[in-house]
Amino acid sequence: MVFLIRLQLREDYSNLIFYLSPLVAVALTLFFGSFIFLILDLSPIESFKIFFISPISNSYGISELFVKATPLAIIALGLSYCFKNNIYNIGAEGQLTMGAIFGGGIGLLFNDSTSIFLLPLMILFGAIGGAFWATIPAILKTKFNTNEILTSLMLTYVALFILDYFVVGPWKDPAGYGLPKSMPFPDAGRLPVLIDGLRVHIGVYFAFIICLITYIIYNKTLFGFKLKVTGLSSKASQYAGFKYKKLIFYTFIISGACAGLAGLFEVSGPIGLLYRDISPNYGFTAIIVAFLGRLNPFGIILSSLLIALTYLGAEDAQLFLKIPSAVGFVFQGLVLFFLLGTDFLNKYKLFIK
Amino acid sequence: MSIELIIGILNIVLISTTPLVFAGIGELVTEKSGVLNLGLEGLMLVGAVTGFITLVITGNYFYSLFLSIISGVILSGIFAFLVLNLMTNQIATGLALTIFGIGLSAMLGKKFGGTPIDGLNPYYFIVISFLLVFFVAYFLSKTKTGLIVRAVGENHNSAYALGYNVIKTRYLTIIFGGVMSSLAGYYISICYAPMWQEGMTAGRGWIALALVVFATWKPWRLLVGAYIFGGVAIMQMNLQAIGVKLPGQFFNMMPYLATIIVLVFISSNKLRLKLSAPSSLNIPFAKNQ
Repeated sequence: MVFLIRLQLREDYSNLIFYLSPLVAVALTLFFGSFIFLILDLSPIESFKIFFISPISNSYGISELFVKATPLAIIALGLSYCFKNNIYNIGAEGQLTMGAIFGGGIGLLFNDSTSIFLLPLMILFGAIGGAFWATIPAILKTKFNTNEILTSLMLTYVALFILDYFVVGPWKDPAGYGLPKSMPFPDAGRLPVLIDGLRVHIGVYFAFIICLITYIIYNKTLFGFKLKVTGLSSKASQYAGFKYKKLIFYTFIISGACAGLAGLFEVSGPIGLLYRDISPNYGFTAIIVAFLGRLNPFGIILSSLLIALTYLGAEDAQLFLKIPSAVGFVFQGLVLFFLLGTDFLNKYKLFIK
Repeated sequence: MSIELIIGILNIVLISTTPLVFAGIGELVTEKSGVLNLGLEGLMLVGAVTGFITLVITGNYFYSLFLSIISGVILSGIFAFLVLNLMTNQIATGLALTIFGIGLSAMLGKKFGGTPIDGLNPYYFIVISFLLVFFVAYFLSKTKTGLIVRAVGENHNSAYALGYNVIKTRYLTIIFGGVMSSLAGYYISICYAPMWQEGMTAGRGWIALALVVFATWKPWRLLVGAYIFGGVAIMQMNLQAIGVKLPGQFFNMMPYLATIIVLVFISSNKLRLKLSAPSSLNIPFAKNQ
């Protein structure tokens, strides 16, 4: 059969389609998602209610939505620097883990501290830990031309094993019945919650501040302009005399620091100690969030809320529909598939012969 | 150490390493044609669960193997359509495939966790895995089709100008890689475990990915590398049993660290990089550009 569709590169790059395609992707995901529920012998409407509406129908649920969206937004905002620069740092999960180890380590070191400086120090070390872990692929990329996709991914697993070593080894809680977890952090090392009785914490403010700073950097500074130019055409950037290697370094450090911050917020906020599974794949899911938000700071905030909802909905689905919470991953995967697919329509015009 | 113990350890290494060989050799062929598929873990899990469910329902090993392979064809076909026809970003698409596969396999397998089955003898698959490596090595270095695959992976524009069908070649290599990953998953749930458990591939997809780089895209090195990686994992358990005081996590991170070192070694020299990595890896191909 001859292909009846002809493609032509769009010259009129459409901003409208660019920002509409995430919505189309979400709509398609819901459409296909309803088939999944039908196959499982569940009513799609009832299931969607449990998945997307009932989790946020009370104050506890809304608080949880922000608890989940905060790390996703912070990591995705950091990643957007890399992705804008066409650098594929996919090791945010490892940088998150390193941030938790560094910042959490400070909390365990001063575990009898009541000082108000403990938390800021932990936050600082969290960011340093993440940035440190991101510097490794940055150095390898700039000094040895090593592919950052593979190194950042491999380092993720190294970081996870390092955390595992600490929580079953030197940092294991002696009073923890031999469980692989650390002692709880002292109260001075816990992230303050915004509303008593709920888990939503001041990390939300950080997410909004990082979002605003990122917006300003992208739109009002030379650094943001350099990122944009380099991302669109590395040749143009070379002609303009931008130092590409420096840009790689900065973007890696920013995204690593953000991921580390998110990791520290997780352990010093909702979790309160260190153990093996501190992150339900936030570092990888944030990649979806960054793409779905079109690398736009405000778009990322919106998409982090939406993806956070898939986490919550999946938990409720497990409870009430008796389907595994991994159903959230199905939706996350689908939404990314459709988003990438619909992007095609923005790049090319279709002609049907 | 007695002979029996050594043979016992070798036996365990053989049985536990085979999935790495399957998934790794598939990904090697995919990458040789210039496509990086990060979806191995998802493909393996779906292959594992479809094979398992079919076996529980039909009781027929042939059907279960067949459907497991079909699941790999379908999922990698979707991946191929996205990255080849719609020219999506290979990294993002591969990650989406992994995330989707983790979720889908958990949902499908929900009712089947803990169901007992009669496992297949792993030695068939071990023999097949060795034959596969031989076949792929021969295919890539000695056949014309293998040469086309490599040409497409080295420089797709030149290959296209010479009249080779870049898209079709890549469709076939991606689907081959997908089927191999499904087989790796099938082996895990039907021969190795034999049972179904959510996320039971336990990161082997990522190790297989590392393995391809570690082997510098060469089939025989991949086989050796797989047994080094597999051996290190088994050695860790045995060393701890005889009282060596090195933390197990140290051994677990070895494959990843070794891969980074190899990667730095080959990429620090332009010529060396050219001789090992496919030049068009992860670069989308568009006819009309």
